[in-house]
Amino acid sequence: MLHHDIIIVGGGLAGLRAAVGLCEHYNVGLFTKVHPIRSHSIAAQGGINAALGNNPDGHDDTWQKHAFDTVKGSDYLADQTAVELLCQEAIKVVYEMEHWGCPFSRFPDGTIAQRPFGGAGFPRTCFSTDLSGHVLLNTLYEVAVSKKITIYQEWQVVALAAGEGRCHGIVALDFKKGEIVPVAAPVTLFATGGYGRVFQYSTNALINTGSGIGMAYQAGVPVKDMEFVQFHPTALIGTNILITEAARGEGGWLTNSQGERFMERYAPHTMELAPRDIVSRCIQSEMDEGRGLEHPLGRYINLDLRHLGAEKIKKRLPGIRSISKDFIGVDPIEAPIPIMPCQHYSMGGIDTNIRCETVLPGFYAAGECACVSVHGANRLGGNSLLDVIVFGKLAVDPISEYLQENGKKSDEGLLTDLVKKWEKKIAKLAGGGEKPALLAARLGKTMSDNVWIFRQKEELSRAVSDILVLKEQYSRVGVMSTARHLNYELVNAIELECMLEVAHTIALGALLRQESRGAHYRRDFPQRSDAQWLKHSLMRRDENGNPSVSYSEVAITNYHPMERTY
Amino acid sequence: MTTPDAYTFKIFRFDARNKEEAPRFDTYCVGILPGLTVLSALLQIRDEVDGTLAFRYSCRSAVCGSCAMVMNGRIELACRTQVASLGGDTIVIEPLPNLEIIKDLVVDLTPFWTMYEKVQPWLVRRSPAPAKEIPQSEGERDRIDQFVNCILCAACYGACPVLGRDPEYLGPAALAKLERFVLDSRDERPPGFLETINDEKGVWGCDTLLKCIEACPKDVRPTDGIVGLRKSLLKYKFRKLAGGIEDEA
Repeated sequence: MLHHDIIIVGGGLAGLRAAVGLCEHYNVGLFTKVHPIRSHSIAAQGGINAALGNNPDGHDDTWQKHAFDTVKGSDYLADQTAVELLCQEAIKVVYEMEHWGCPFSRFPDGTIAQRPFGGAGFPRTCFSTDLSGHVLLNTLYEVAVSKKITIYQEWQVVALAAGEGRCHGIVALDFKKGEIVPVAAPVTLFATGGYGRVFQYSTNALINTGSGIGMAYQAGVPVKDMEFVQFHPTALIGTNILITEAARGEGGWLTNSQGERFMERYAPHTMELAPRDIVSRCIQSEMDEGRGLEHPLGRYINLDLRHLGAEKIKKRLPGIRSISKDFIGVDPIEAPIPIMPCQHYSMGGIDTNIRCETVLPGFYAAGECACVSVHGANRLGGNSLLDVIVFGKLAVDPISEYLQENGKKSDEGLLTDLVKKWEKKIAKLAGGGEKPALLAARLGKTMSDNVWIFRQKEELSRAVSDILVLKEQYSRVGVMSTARHLNYELVNAIELECMLEVAHTIALGALLRQESRGAHYRRDFPQRSDAQWLKHSLMRRDENGNPSVSYSEVAITNYHPMERTY
Repeated sequence: MTTPDAYTFKIFRFDARNKEEAPRFDTYCVGILPGLTVLSALLQIRDEVDGTLAFRYSCRSAVCGSCAMVMNGRIELACRTQVASLGGDTIVIEPLPNLEIIKDLVVDLTPFWTMYEKVQPWLVRRSPAPAKEIPQSEGERDRIDQFVNCILCAACYGACPVLGRDPEYLGPAALAKLERFVLDSRDERPPGFLETINDEKGVWGCDTLLKCIEACPKDVRPTDGIVGLRKSLLKYKFRKLAGGIEDEA
């Protein structure tokens, strides 16, 4: 049995930031299913928001204005106490990352460059070309290396150990050795990322299964606002790789089959820089109403950057230029990029407060897997790199306080029992009938067909019943080999169980919420209903394995809910 | 609608856990839709034909660096390489060279990361942190750009002929990473740090055959970094001889 003071699961930005803050005083073990540099944080492109006021058009920016934009963007579902904290911390963490070496792009005066982004009143998105996640993750990994943090690479966590009202650690599969290992610690922090891969069409990395959220849910921890799924307006057709919002922030246009800049009809003031929920619905409507373009890989809308000129594209958007050339054979200097909206981000997640605490003492969550909530019903671009670093950092003090106040003994018997249970579970997967990849594909299809940008009762009910069928089929899932070392099919089968749980809470949450708010749009309930639905939805797994639903208040401080126009 | 094209994949198979079994190539005949990448093909083979096939992957968009391997003799990221671009209907896939194989296409990258850590790949500061950002001009930022873009995929490590004969050599990625910091206007590492790479295991090990540049999927030129470090080192030596630099404590 391994022992640590603190287990951190996930080697992306949130996990690394927490580890860097905790490692000097505690024995931290960071567990990650891929090398930290391969985490999905690396793929973030556009940037990180902070009211630095560096842009000549943004000198009057303040954290309060950032908070207002975030709350309005969230369609008033975000907790305003949490948003205010996020936006104040933003300025500190951006400077901190810079001091640690992050190579931000610069303005001529030597300050950090800032660009306009969707839903923001000022140009406040700090960036490094269009590889912002890449530079931030590299910088935090470099700091982690300098501090010699213990990192268990390619370890797949399979279960969170909860019992007697607290958290005792985790059970993990050492993927290279093929051993199932109990890890005891008084504190476990999940920074396990989003669940994009429960959808067929997602910008997310293939590793983004949401299994961390599923494991927390299986351990009895509630999940919050799961029905709020962000669809990014501009993903490449075919591969669905992200084309950053910065393409529009730098001046890119969206045009339909008639060459029309159609955003003029929907959001005349902000045009292409309306928030993502709105732009995604506009694009989907254009395609649904016959003004899309056709390609063997599917229907699309044009993202036209040609008028920006070769120099600006090469300097500010080199990453998406490579992606367009490599994955669809289009050079955006010469031709528009064919795009479609795709699942992109999880607003919902493990229910946490601003101290990253969950209802289970000793268990914390931060980053995309958590729902504080700072994004409410719709996240603004540039706020997720911010969220992950800020709450990775803010987890440090509450965890330190908990460790100082609480004894350090985990129930090792409970962990050993859990290992035995998993040994049996894995043995049972030998030669089973249902292929995990096939079940995962069916799950992705029903989620993309029925829990998409425009939703309605019949489709959502169908998704829920499909998921129940898939859960039943999962009881017969099997893999070709139950060798445990580097058996990716086995790990996929293990994670699939969590994906089914996560998808269930998303589809059910969407079915129950009878209003339209942010990214959750119901054709049968097209209005926002503050009287009935200005509340967070919580789901907890009951003894029979079914989700039981409850609701909690939204924290409102300075920003009273208004109609949301752009 | 598009129809799949028939391909024969010959994929290297080996399990270090099962050493009695010799390495072999398994053959898979599959239909691949036009435009699909080698990574998609590998996923298709694993998911539909042979669940035991092992290979790494994550982003599938050429940014995370997980899937560098050898395809028809060429080192590339599997996710960035279209099957059709390899020419011919038989595709041979092998793991990255110069590293121990753990299973199939999965290699042990421990030596790669050990070399990375040896160069102290982080910003070294001795001045107190300012209240805001450390100023840096656009030109100073541009100077480090190509080295910042490295995705640590180890394609260059696999391609380097020096590493083929001397596993103690730091290798192109680690040296390029060091140059990224040495060139950074904000870095304040003592110039004497360059002594740590002043030998055949460091900058003088490179044969300048440029195989790393050819292999890099991100247009990084590690050899530029190595040549840059050699120049900085010579400059440092010269200044030290001239009495301009005192030995570090």
